[in-house]
Amino acid sequence: MTKKYIARSTQIAARMLGGEMMIMSVADSTFFTLNEVATVIWQAADGQTPLSQIVNDRICGEFDIDEEVAARDAEQFVNELSQHGILLVSENPIEQSSAASPGAQ
Amino acid sequence: MNLMSEMNYRALELGVPISVHLDVTYRCNERCVHCYLDHDDLGEMTTAEIKDILDQLADAGVFFLVLSGGEVLMRRDFFEIVEHARKLLFNVKIKTNGVMIREAEAQHLRELGVEQVQISVYSHRPEVHDAITKLPGSLKRTIEAIRFLKSQGLKVTIANVLMTENMGDGQGVIALAKELGVYYTLDPTITPKIDGDTSILNLRPPLSELNQIFRNPDLVGDVEEFCAPPPPPGQDIMEGYPCSAGHTACYISPYGDVFPCVQFPLPTGNVRKQKFIDIWRGSPEMQEVRSIRAKDLPVCSTCSHVGTCSRCPGLAYMEGNMRGPSTADCEKSYQRTGIASANMLLKAQNSHHHGPLIQIRPLNLPA
Repeated sequence: MTKKYIARSTQIAARMLGGEMMIMSVADSTFFTLNEVATVIWQAADGQTPLSQIVNDRICGEFDIDEEVAARDAEQFVNELSQHGILLVSENPIEQSSAASPGAQ
Repeated sequence: MNLMSEMNYRALELGVPISVHLDVTYRCNERCVHCYLDHDDLGEMTTAEIKDILDQLADAGVFFLVLSGGEVLMRRDFFEIVEHARKLLFNVKIKTNGVMIREAEAQHLRELGVEQVQISVYSHRPEVHDAITKLPGSLKRTIEAIRFLKSQGLKVTIANVLMTENMGDGQGVIALAKELGVYYTLDPTITPKIDGDTSILNLRPPLSELNQIFRNPDLVGDVEEFCAPPPPPGQDIMEGYPCSAGHTACYISPYGDVFPCVQFPLPTGNVRKQKFIDIWRGSPEMQEVRSIRAKDLPVCSTCSHVGTCSRCPGLAYMEGNMRGPSTADCEKSYQRTGIASANMLLKAQNSHHHGPLIQIRPLNLPA
């Protein structure tokens, strides 16, 4: 199975509010909020760590979620955000310079 | 409730200033006749000071950042400020007259990820627009700027202000916005100068003009719904807040003064002397503004418009009492629905109580 790398787009605005991450695409003004688990994936999207590793290390370990379910949900989440240009997805590591900071407080 | 309203509500509950308007300068290359600001530099914050404020605002949870002025591009470091704001992942909206935006500036703003640019246009006719801005050729340059920004894919809104000088040109500006493919917004209220000077209020258009605006579907959507009589206010309305000023939003001047809103010049502190978060949470003035519910407004709480009025607490403050009515908004509610506000009825009643100032009575001469 090919590895998938994810990085935060620079064309977004983001801020934590009460434990949830607010994200807006500046290209089309689509507005999202991410729950706690999705926020962890977002913050770990450094372009260098494979998605499968993020799911194993940061989701399954910390949230007690079944690995298969977590991988499927993460895949769906990443696809949705990438369609709005909010996450960049590649089969190869993504340069840090093109990725935004996580927007955490 | 949509997602954005939900987040606004959560920010209100958590006491987070989700939205901040920062004027980076009061200097301007235009001299608009209705402007509420002076055009001087009385000691603007330095680049380093503004960057520090932006860091503090990000820490405080601010998401929406409006950068305005004055004319923002009068600051040579403006792009450096925007770049810093975007690194902190603010949703950045810029208000400008566009005169200094050419292709390179438009491209730079798009690359930095600015979400929206609002540009002032007062008429589709150069002779009217340029007479208001007092800058010959300004409409031409402003329209060029809009085209440059649009060609970069940026979201642009034309902001018009209704005044005696341009009141026949509203539809012309709407048509121009349609032609350019940009959004349009109209502000029908001339506000007093930020120092309290009310001399520019004579530019306010006659009330009949307001009446027509409220019946223009291009501006208000469903006219019947917009102009409907107000429903009786429920308990939730009486326990509610007048607007976001001081609750989830505030304004910072180029000198670091913090106010509840750009239209609410109640000093609450200065970021050169205190941390922003300490002013936001601890200022007695900010807390007073925050404590006021609709039920606490002596006149407005008795008004049938209380739940639907656009009452601006800042304009009320400039009239002398932040808990009092804002006369301009009373007029708007009246022109919109045909129903007089409690404030208007009270004034009419009081004027009847006074007798004529000079009374002539026949003398009762002794027989």
